[in-house]
Amino acid sequence: MSDVVVVDYGAGNTHSVRAALEHLGRTSVVSSQPELILNAPWVILPGVGSAKSAMEHLEETGAASALRERFAASHPILGICLGMQLALQASEEDGGVKGLGLLAGVVIRLDAPRVPRLGWAIVDPWDEAYYFAHSFVAESPHRVATSEGWTAVVEHGAFIGVQFHPEKSDAAGLNFLDRCLSRA
Amino acid sequence: MPLPRLIPCLDVADGRVVKGVSFVALRDVGDPVELARHYSAGGADELVFLDITATPHGADTLVEVVERVADVIEIPFTVGGGIRTLEDASRIIEAGADRVSVNSAAITEPELITRIAERFGSQAVVVAIDAGADVVYTHGGRRASDLRTVPWAVEAAARGAGEILLTSIERDGQRSGYDLVLTAAVRDAVDVPVIASGGAGSAADVAAALRVTDAALVASIVHENPEGLPGLRAEISALGISLRRVEERR
Repeated sequence: MSDVVVVDYGAGNTHSVRAALEHLGRTSVVSSQPELILNAPWVILPGVGSAKSAMEHLEETGAASALRERFAASHPILGICLGMQLALQASEEDGGVKGLGLLAGVVIRLDAPRVPRLGWAIVDPWDEAYYFAHSFVAESPHRVATSEGWTAVVEHGAFIGVQFHPEKSDAAGLNFLDRCLSRA
Repeated sequence: MPLPRLIPCLDVADGRVVKGVSFVALRDVGDPVELARHYSAGGADELVFLDITATPHGADTLVEVVERVADVIEIPFTVGGGIRTLEDASRIIEAGADRVSVNSAAITEPELITRIAERFGSQAVVVAIDAGADVVYTHGGRRASDLRTVPWAVEAAARGAGEILLTSIERDGQRSGYDLVLTAAVRDAVDVPVIASGGAGSAADVAAALRVTDAALVASIVHENPEGLPGLRAEISALGISLRRVEERR
């Protein structure tokens, strides 16, 4: 069995997440199969694409139910960018999308000086820069770190979600991924 | 705002880096993958690859390069040159690029910007503008269009571009500094990030650009001395620009 299942929701770039895992010596497989999602040591919900098509894909394949069941069983899940946003209750994106509902919170349009908010920004209180690329942002009681005041990290039970892209955040990102995956 | 970004740009043809890279430490000076790894290790915040291939099999070669680059670096990168359709963009992004850059095709068919943005999000679409005084050029800067720079940038952003890559064709290669007036005019007119390009000759030039905009593209100034990238970053920082602190890999 692979160390990590990278959940496939039919959009974009799972390549970079897998490459980063490989650098850390972790095997991974890209899949939306419920039984793999339930039983893997770690699951990563990656972050590219649109909320609506991602949720549709997750519901259709049974991946959504598997993720809820996995979360209820306290098995670890890392959500990246959109993958973190999907774990909340709802998103304003695409005219309104119901999320997985693993955590309390909603996703709203980002009210930043420049949108998309692109580039490296400091995460507090970690005091390290990570790479962000987003137009929406989470509001959640489970936030544990921020970047320029916006939610950067949420954590609740066995779910940890990051707005930044650890797989694109150079050594800081790899170090984060390594700490995260070494925890379970 | 996020931290200002320093972005080396590599011109690639038929899978090889062309133009102006003088290298000593690399096994293969023309290999985009080696160079990407090297610049990433030197603290580049992002990379841009511009494909200038003019051969029929260029597209396949480019996809292969993108996959190999995505395997070895953990910083974002943009790929441009020859992207004319949503399918072209999809192949590049699915191969591991974070963003695609569109130039002439966006002028001929502005709906392309929206289509890519709807599929991958606007953060995945960069519209590259080659600007003369205030006229937009196409075909690598050789042909003047009837578009004006600032209104075209505004339209591109409205259609879904998540970033504008603004090259001054008059400054490009001159090493006399970026066109700060044009850069500021474009940045004031749009609410997406703007990358300044064309004219970097020194750390002071880059610092000046980063005082007026979000990111600066550099080419010959780093290609001449790739080992000098960390030093260049330090010089820019010493001029009061807060570039990201590059972490050690644990």
